[in-house]
Amino acid sequence: MSSTLPGAATEETARVTPVVNDFTIQVATVNGSGSQTANLVLLRSIFQMGVPVSGKNLFPSNIAGLPTWFSIRANHRGYISRKREVDFLVAMNAETAREDVLSLEPGRAVVYDEPLNLKSLRDDLIFYPVPFDKIVAGVCTDAKLRRLVRNMIYDGVLSHLLGVDLAQMEKALFKQLGKKPKAMQLNMGALEAGRKYAEENLTIRHAYKVEPLNKTDGQILIEGNQAAAMGCMFAGVTVVAWYPITPSSSLPEALIGYMRKYRIDKETGKATFAIVQAEDEIAAIGMVVGASWAGARAMTSTSGPGVSLMSEFAGLSYYAEVPAVVFDIQRVGPSTGLPTRTAQGDILSTAVNSHGDTRHVMLLPSSPEECYTMAMDSFDLAERLQTIVYVMSDLDLGMNTWMAHPFTYPDKPFDRGKILDEAKLKELGTWGRYKDVDGDAIPWRSLPGTAAPAFFTRGSGHNDMAQYSERADDYVKNLDRLARKFDTAKTIVPAPVLESDADASVGIIAYGSSHYAVQEGRDQLREEAGLETAYLRLRAYPFGPEVEAFVRRFDRVYVVEQNRDAQMLSLLRLDLDPSLSVRLRSVLHYDGLPIDARSISDSVRAQEQVQ
Amino acid sequence: MSDTTTPAPVPPKKVNRLGLEMASYRGGKTTLCAGCGHNAISERVIDAFYEMGVDPKRVMKFSGIGCSSKSPAYFLNPSHGFNSVHGRMPSVATGALLANASMLGIGVSGDGDTGAIGIGQFVHLMRRNLPLIYIIEDNGCYGLTKGQFSPTADMGSKAKNGVMNDLPPIDTCALAIELGASFVARSFSGDKKQLLSILKAAIAHRGTCMIDVISPCVTFNDHEGSTKSYAYVKDHDEVLGEVNFVPFFEDISVEYEPGSTTEVKLHDGSHLFLRKIAEDYNPSDKMTALRLLHETARRGEFATGMIYVDPEQDNFVDILNLVEQPLAFLPQERTRPGKQALDELMDALR
Repeated sequence: MSSTLPGAATEETARVTPVVNDFTIQVATVNGSGSQTANLVLLRSIFQMGVPVSGKNLFPSNIAGLPTWFSIRANHRGYISRKREVDFLVAMNAETAREDVLSLEPGRAVVYDEPLNLKSLRDDLIFYPVPFDKIVAGVCTDAKLRRLVRNMIYDGVLSHLLGVDLAQMEKALFKQLGKKPKAMQLNMGALEAGRKYAEENLTIRHAYKVEPLNKTDGQILIEGNQAAAMGCMFAGVTVVAWYPITPSSSLPEALIGYMRKYRIDKETGKATFAIVQAEDEIAAIGMVVGASWAGARAMTSTSGPGVSLMSEFAGLSYYAEVPAVVFDIQRVGPSTGLPTRTAQGDILSTAVNSHGDTRHVMLLPSSPEECYTMAMDSFDLAERLQTIVYVMSDLDLGMNTWMAHPFTYPDKPFDRGKILDEAKLKELGTWGRYKDVDGDAIPWRSLPGTAAPAFFTRGSGHNDMAQYSERADDYVKNLDRLARKFDTAKTIVPAPVLESDADASVGIIAYGSSHYAVQEGRDQLREEAGLETAYLRLRAYPFGPEVEAFVRRFDRVYVVEQNRDAQMLSLLRLDLDPSLSVRLRSVLHYDGLPIDARSISDSVRAQEQVQ
Repeated sequence: MSDTTTPAPVPPKKVNRLGLEMASYRGGKTTLCAGCGHNAISERVIDAFYEMGVDPKRVMKFSGIGCSSKSPAYFLNPSHGFNSVHGRMPSVATGALLANASMLGIGVSGDGDTGAIGIGQFVHLMRRNLPLIYIIEDNGCYGLTKGQFSPTADMGSKAKNGVMNDLPPIDTCALAIELGASFVARSFSGDKKQLLSILKAAIAHRGTCMIDVISPCVTFNDHEGSTKSYAYVKDHDEVLGEVNFVPFFEDISVEYEPGSTTEVKLHDGSHLFLRKIAEDYNPSDKMTALRLLHETARRGEFATGMIYVDPEQDNFVDILNLVEQPLAFLPQERTRPGKQALDELMDALR
């Protein structure tokens, strides 16, 4: 596999064939050692040079002490999914250095902390020893700060080795630290010292190189959770209740920052929102359901374990028809182990989360842009459909740094759904809270504190008029209407996006953060195996008619997802014409790391028996 | 809902200060057992809201699950009500009252709904001092599931099936005081006068009003050996003091003699008078309140009355510094920042 990568050239050929703007840098540090600033400065400075980048933080469930890796991929073609192979290793962590070096493909480069003496491990890599402690002692007299500043030195070294403009690094550093002149000065000193050391002591022997490009003009760097938080604010959220859980917490935390800045009433200095850190996820969703019932736009954000805890309320929202917005930033399974690793493992359980017959709307953002727009969609849909709506992001999308197009200001007003007022009441004559008067199975609801009539909200046992009922016919009638309401949902949720090729012989279905890897994987299949594919990107559940139509077009449709049990494929099997089931095949990725293009193209090639 | 076929002439209808009849405060027909203490509590709630002249359209009712939690359907029909899920009513009430802090909230829970499955949410509701009247209809057992013990059942009491309760009870009043509730009272479903006074005072208070109302279960927990039987409570009720409540719209100068009463001024200008029986009882002192609860419990008695009140304590709505207008009804202009805000955010990320 290494032969397909130009970066894997031998030391000899590397000198003559530079690999420009196409490599992955991996920085191995110790968690809590303050490497984030250095990593983001490196990422941003390449981005500022016009080269498409993405940054992924592979971190442990730990505050300080365990190993952490940050990988930066630069790619002139704009591929921003994870690449499996590391081209340039920065080995700062004694604990993992040996394994990190041994796992490299031949011909790769390693910058390492000199005392680690990694050079002796292999003779097919290019090593650059750097005496970090010695250099840092020269730029930072305060021993306490050395540990933090030390990391800026590798940025300086890489600026020389990879050809990253020092001025761009300074600009990126200013972006990070602008308001702290002292820190700025200290870090700049370290950056320059690293650069100077490299210039004077290291001879470039590797192929990788950054050269200015024009492919990031006007773009932004953002994490999905930040984008979702912005979407919530512009959606006019007024009540937020949440409980801390990785990888979700950064969403409500970003939201707190935005709301404090933009949602404080100018005249009175008072808040147009309430944000509550609840005692647990059950209380968080309870507050959201209570607030939405009273007419607020309310949301919570959580991850799989929280979704499980919220399941009783999810059913109540479904049966009592109370709007709710829940972000599920998916991660690997329960308890300890891999809570800081990514997955798309909550698809099946969330689709039917709760007891009794329930079906839930799920939105499937695959980019920061969609985290933003779907956050807005989710409130409109929850209020329009009067039910719980999940936005299924994941750790990779939510917590990693992505390049994105700047967001556009919403041009549609809020859709607050069917809220009864006096005029509507007059028009309806008699009102029943759960009566389908419009044929779309969505009833009119009344809000406390308005002139509209009150009703008593209960779970499963009510008739059209919201009266208590345990009658079999009332229950069946209500349940059937709820099923029809789910059919209405199909017509208003975001439609899938089709990227088709007239010559395509197989189909690919994917969703969420797999998108970027699928795009690259399709190019690999076309260029390396001559296999044309058509791609349908799901953006919501329930599936609209486009999904079934797509599956009908191909004998084989590969469903790409980041879980073991082919959860989306299972949902497709449940919902599509049963005769289509045999066409569906799986490409699965579930090791806790973000999916990469090679995993997809390898799997499709193997199943298609191409070459 | 009112009967329009009544023939004239009719005596003038009795109305409250809003001009509403008692009928406007009633609810649906109860489905609880005949003689259930919970029904008496519903009656007192109706009386209290009627007498205080609260517009029922300005009230939101909440409950969890259990016999107690059915009762909001039996009072204040014109109010919106939410029978939520077991033990989680506090969170639903919290969300709803943050969405519309101009409304008056009343929540009805039971001893199982509060003390067992709902203890976590109860704890945090008390901490937040959310403006909400929180009534525990406390019968020491699970009625709807046929008589199992709840966490307020007394040690040594025996269930119908012969099972003995061998764990100590949770004192929800002591817990509420400890946790930060600003209004803590205990009463008995059969004590019309005291319960009514407490409920009226609770309506005037802005903060969490935790009212534990002992309400014997006539079906599962009203037998000899149960400390929550009607007879037992009647015999062992240590009335803390005569509770008298005078709303802000009534003249307060007439019937109280200073010296024999403790006076508490509530936030809306209402007055709460506690006629002292116990020497030096001061309802604004936490230590005194806790000592009282522990001492009466040791004697196998229930102290009833106004146990603790602090009308000045900040409530959750104050703490969150919310705008005057209910969040639920803020127009889009106030909740969607302008394009400039988005441009600024985007610029910072370039």
